[in-house]
Amino acid sequence: MKRFLLLSAGLTVCAGMALANDDLVTQMEDSSQWAIQTGDYKNQRYSKLDQINKDTVGDLQVAWTFSTGVLRGHEGSPLVVNDVMYVHTPFPNIVYALDLKNEGKIIWKYEPKQDPDVIPVMCCDTVNRGVAYADGKIFLHQADTKVVALDANDGSVVWEVQNGDPAIGETNTATVLPVKDKVIVGISGGEFGVRGSVTAYNIADGSLAWRAYSMGPDSDILVDPDNTTHLGQPVGADSGMNTWEGDQWKIGGGTTWGWYSADLEENLMYYGTGNPSTWNPAQRPGDNRWSMTIMARDIDTGVAKWFYQMTPHDEWDYDGINEMILSEQEVDGQMRKLLTHFDRNGLAYTMDRVSGELLVADKFDPAVNWTTGVDMDPNSDTYGRPAVVAQYSTEQNGEDVNSTGICPAALGTKDQQPASYDPDLGLFLVPTNHVCMDYEPFRVSYTAGQPYVGATLAMYPAPDSHGGMGNFIAWDNVKGEIVWSNPEQFSVWSGSLTTKGGITFYGTLEGYLKAVDTATGEELYKFKTPSGIIGNVMTYESDGKQYVGILSGVGGWAGIGLAAGLTNPNDGLGAVGGYAALSDYTALGGQLTVFALPN
Amino acid sequence: MRIAARIPTIAAFIAVPFAASAQNWSDQPVDPAAEAVTAVIAATYEEDGRHFTEDDTPTFKVAEDGTLDWPSFSGFRRYHAECHVCHGPDGEGSTYAPKIKNSAVNMGYYDFYDVVVNGRKVGNSVMPHFGDNPNVMCYLDDIYTYLLARGVEAIPRGRPGKKVKKSTTFVEDEDACMG
Repeated sequence: MKRFLLLSAGLTVCAGMALANDDLVTQMEDSSQWAIQTGDYKNQRYSKLDQINKDTVGDLQVAWTFSTGVLRGHEGSPLVVNDVMYVHTPFPNIVYALDLKNEGKIIWKYEPKQDPDVIPVMCCDTVNRGVAYADGKIFLHQADTKVVALDANDGSVVWEVQNGDPAIGETNTATVLPVKDKVIVGISGGEFGVRGSVTAYNIADGSLAWRAYSMGPDSDILVDPDNTTHLGQPVGADSGMNTWEGDQWKIGGGTTWGWYSADLEENLMYYGTGNPSTWNPAQRPGDNRWSMTIMARDIDTGVAKWFYQMTPHDEWDYDGINEMILSEQEVDGQMRKLLTHFDRNGLAYTMDRVSGELLVADKFDPAVNWTTGVDMDPNSDTYGRPAVVAQYSTEQNGEDVNSTGICPAALGTKDQQPASYDPDLGLFLVPTNHVCMDYEPFRVSYTAGQPYVGATLAMYPAPDSHGGMGNFIAWDNVKGEIVWSNPEQFSVWSGSLTTKGGITFYGTLEGYLKAVDTATGEELYKFKTPSGIIGNVMTYESDGKQYVGILSGVGGWAGIGLAAGLTNPNDGLGAVGGYAALSDYTALGGQLTVFALPN
Repeated sequence: MRIAARIPTIAAFIAVPFAASAQNWSDQPVDPAAEAVTAVIAATYEEDGRHFTEDDTPTFKVAEDGTLDWPSFSGFRRYHAECHVCHGPDGEGSTYAPKIKNSAVNMGYYDFYDVVVNGRKVGNSVMPHFGDNPNVMCYLDDIYTYLLARGVEAIPRGRPGKKVKKSTTFVEDEDACMG
């Protein structure tokens, strides 16, 4: 299998297809475009546009709006390529191409036919984090895991390929990464016992280039036992099986539904893997490698260069899928190629992205209590491992015991909503959750295509704090420190955007688009859109004018608990209803709002 | 488990239309004093820790000091593993699935059972079928009575504080069902 994969990859390169993506690289470098969901391959979500800036943002107005026609959670953002805007929707995953030179007229619309049976197999609403562009094609990864390449000009199908099987719980919510001659895709279904994988298809025709599973035999996880490293040491043979009991790895989770980044110089792509299945840790003894892992893989072959497992033997559902933001910064007087990752587990990691060396691991919310911190001593037996606090260990407390007061909750100090980076200030701007939980694991049995959870949990705002369920923070990734923190009433479930204008945008679950001073956090502008925001802010320029766009449409993970409000069962009767319900602030929606300065 | 073993054959033949459609945040309210509601919830007898109505359908029991019967507590746990990712904490509904604590009361045992086992579709609002999922089927009566108790607000939101001890019959049935 592996030999065939390498061979086919080699052939593709020989055919000269590696050049196919120069188009996307050019588009990404042009700040008047928004050519990829993540802003660029580094996932910085930073724009050099500065017409809308600290001094002018207060005058921002709505320029135009567009209804998507779908009332579900709207994650991701539109793209802008060559004066055409590509807007996607949640299930049924419609794609619209809007002509920005002609008042947003619909050039084409694509609506796939999908079996609605996929809907309930998706954890947590039917979100989709957007389309991607490369080589004159628009790539849509549907809920039912079909990957479709559309002709960007007319919306006709160029090729399509089925990546997974919804009948066994395999679904998709993520965007895809077009890089070099490949389009790299992930999979969801960690709560259905899916074995996670990342798959590369050839952009030219959709043929399979390689697939790397998160756990299993070396030939499945694409490692070189002698040269793939974990914290500087070779992973050795069978690393994806020898920390599992029996065949549990076959339904081991480690799904791959986050945002991917890439470093073309190093020829590496980066992503994180999700929680091991089930949520009952007693049923899967061992470290459960390589769930909860930051992965660096060769773009052409998929073979891993290095791994870092952040949360061995997860006991809290702290998926490691959040984005890896790449930056070049000085550390101890030396310029380093860094990777910064804000994990669900409440720790922010700064790593050398070439070697996989761990440089910083610190809490980015002071409420985090399940660990006292990561062992940073390379000579220690527990190097790189978080020290687990016994009181909050659902493994140590055991099955059928309710562990209380664990921070963060399963949705993490931060979920997928991507952070942004200001290269001028060296600051990361991070949307976060400020929610804690009670967690009781119990026995669960596996049936293909059925939920495979095995724990019950209750979530509530972090106690002894400001009472809200979120913060928007600025983070120094070299020092491992919060620079400023703005409390928010609800979790911040929107991806932020930072610009050269000295400002950072993000959305809130009540529906506000906010702009703050990147250096200080001071609020400079807010506008209430028609529905709660779980989408990501983007910007582009057309005819010399800068625009900022955001999708509204409440839902997603946030739509589960926050709709009716969260309560703290430990507070007793008096507190019931004491916490704000999102339904008091906003209703379902599906709208794009585009802002600009007045003429 | 007596009821659970008997129902699937019946459920297969019953196809009752539903009054409650899949709407979010705006579900059919429940009046705990209404006669139809009382009939669905009033406990008249007990067998091995599980309570039943006059019509032999399972229901919950909250003692005067607030102690909840064990099966309904078990339902709280299983609900929050299998159902809450769509129907929200405490049966309160989400942005995309109905307030199921009300549905349980309004539908009654047999219709509720049928929809959980077989699923249903209303446009793009889809309830999956759980008929082959032991984590649901072994605890379906528990989940149902927990939601009844929530629907009439006999228990508050959150984790039930006091509960009756698990009966040996419950343990035996659970082990037999989960395999």
